[in-house]
Amino acid sequence: MEREIVIIGGGPAGLAAAVEARKNGIEDILILERDKSLGGILQQCIHNGFGLHIFGEQLTGPEYADRFIKEVEKLNIEYKLDTMVLHISSDKTIQAINPEDGIINIKAKAIILAMGCRERTRGALNIPGTRPAGVLTAGAAQRFVNIEGHMVGKKVVILGSGDIGLIMARRMTLEGAKVEMVVELMPYSTGLKRNIVQCLDDFNIPLLFSHTVVRIHGKERLEGVTIAKVGDDRKPIPGTERFVECDTLLLSVGLIPENELSREAGVKINDITSGPVVDESMQTSIDGIFACGNVVHVHDLVDFVTEESRLAGRGAAKYIKKELKKSDERIYAKGNGGVRYVVPCIINSENVDNEVNFFMRVDNVYRNVYLCAKQGDTVITKVKKQMVSPGEMEHLKIKREVLKQIKKGEITFHLEEV
Amino acid sequence: MEVKKMICINCPLGCSLEITIDGEEINVSGNKCKRGREYGISEIKDPRRIVTSTVRVLNGDKMLVSVKTSREIPKKLIFDVMKEINGVKLKAPVSIGDIVIKDILGTGVDVVATSNAKKI
Ligand SMILES: Cc1cc2nc3c(=O)[nH]c(=O)nc-3n(C[C@H](O)[C@H](O)[C@H](O)COP(=O)(O)OP(=O)(O)OC[C@H]3O[C@@H](n4cnc5c(N)ncnc54)[C@H](O)[C@@H]3O)c2cc1C
Ligand code: SF4
Repeated sequence: MEREIVIIGGGPAGLAAAVEARKNGIEDILILERDKSLGGILQQCIHNGFGLHIFGEQLTGPEYADRFIKEVEKLNIEYKLDTMVLHISSDKTIQAINPEDGIINIKAKAIILAMGCRERTRGALNIPGTRPAGVLTAGAAQRFVNIEGHMVGKKVVILGSGDIGLIMARRMTLEGAKVEMVVELMPYSTGLKRNIVQCLDDFNIPLLFSHTVVRIHGKERLEGVTIAKVGDDRKPIPGTERFVECDTLLLSVGLIPENELSREAGVKINDITSGPVVDESMQTSIDGIFACGNVVHVHDLVDFVTEESRLAGRGAAKYIKKELKKSDERIYAKGNGGVRYVVPCIINSENVDNEVNFFMRVDNVYRNVYLCAKQGDTVITKVKKQMVSPGEMEHLKIKREVLKQIKKGEITFHLEEV
Repeated sequence: MEVKKMICINCPLGCSLEITIDGEEINVSGNKCKRGREYGISEIKDPRRIVTSTVRVLNGDKMLVSVKTSREIPKKLIFDVMKEINGVKLKAPVSIGDIVIKDILGTGVDVVATSNAKKI
């Protein structure tokens, strides 16, 4: 089979990219999704708070997804469900499998990677102790409760104060469980303030900063965990251990972009984001392979996923129409002084429509700082921030004219004291 | 006189508010802007929340559909609203926006579906 654009993953990233590619004149588009429905992880995020930037209203996850699914259907964009992509090669051949067609081989002119991310599991944390039932990721619990309709436990401890953990603390409480506490290794939360207030404070669930789980107890079923305080080095402080009885431990300790397929194809991966290195059009190191959404870097707001994915859809359409320019004169964007990473990190200014929105994360909590973009010592643009935190993604826009003037060289992003 | 502490959630700054309640008079301090004051007062006088949950579906292509209250309901009714929601079973098909419970507990707020289920 030969196709013009094949999109891997039918979550919000894949859907927005598909719609945008069609609107930019590409007829032949195919979305491959391994799940039984489109919408990705949003289908299990039944709480509200999605879409404030894109739609100006607060939607639940399934409602946000539905807006894009409806558009995909209206535009007659083809998709295959229950279809798992197994391999991608650098010449853009895709191998996938589904119960109806068996193994399918597709030769694509352009590929858009939109596989999202997965959760870090206990294995990645190395908590000692037994391996009883009742220890699972917060996202897996979210799926059990919200999609499959069975409760995962009655007495719950949550490790990690990321948004998914906070959301699940409230969800489990509403369904009748007792959430004993949320334990956070860092001295701050990576979750949104709103979630701390409305998911924990509303139900008097304690949040313990600078604490971690040091041991898991129980033979068949979890019987409890030992928690301890950690020092500045994030190591447990001897003598501070305490046993907490529980039958369920939910892990909300971070997400990792899902890039096995990208690696196999030879796409260059950024060590910090664990996602592909991309340019202004969301093109990866391989010509004609694009990427967007959580597969590139972990987003906290789906609205930004949508924005980024539209760029990828437009980029892929331009590539097919041979309108995407590639010159040796490129700008490289880097994080520096407090800024951990920047996406995109390569700019061909010729391809920029109006401006580039650079997304970045900082390495710590800072108050009263300037977020600035510089070329050498010259400040290109800066904004004042009363507070920045690793939990909230920052962004800074630079206009096309400015980028055209710079043309090649390096732009660095910094935090500076006011 | 009573003093309450809370965090304003209206922007990433998250000001720590201190609210003093003296009979009818409510005073907010610690807020950096007026939205913080309004938030503090409404949290004391009439705190409200959107509730989201799931409801069983019969004869559908899935077990559950998700639901939400169409507007915010008084915070103190959260668990009562949950009880009502858990008492409902729907028959497929269900579409986004369908009313699942009308005027829940006399609040004037409906519970509506936020996902679809096809009939099988
Ligand atoms: C458990 C969890 C809960 C979250 N909760 C929130 C939240 O409450 N609020 C919020 O703003 N953000 C939340 N996020 C972040 C959220 O994932 C993003 O905002 C957004 O959904 C990312 O969109 P995406 O399309 O990049 O990824 P996803 O939504 O993850 O979609 C990726 C899709 O690709 C498919 N796929 C992956 N590999 C393959 C393959 N090999 N073959 C075929 N298909 C494949 C997957 O099945 C999936 O449908 C959550 C993330 C997770 C993991
Ligand atoms: S009081 Fe104003 S500045 Fe402070 S958190 Fe609330 S909205 Fe933000």
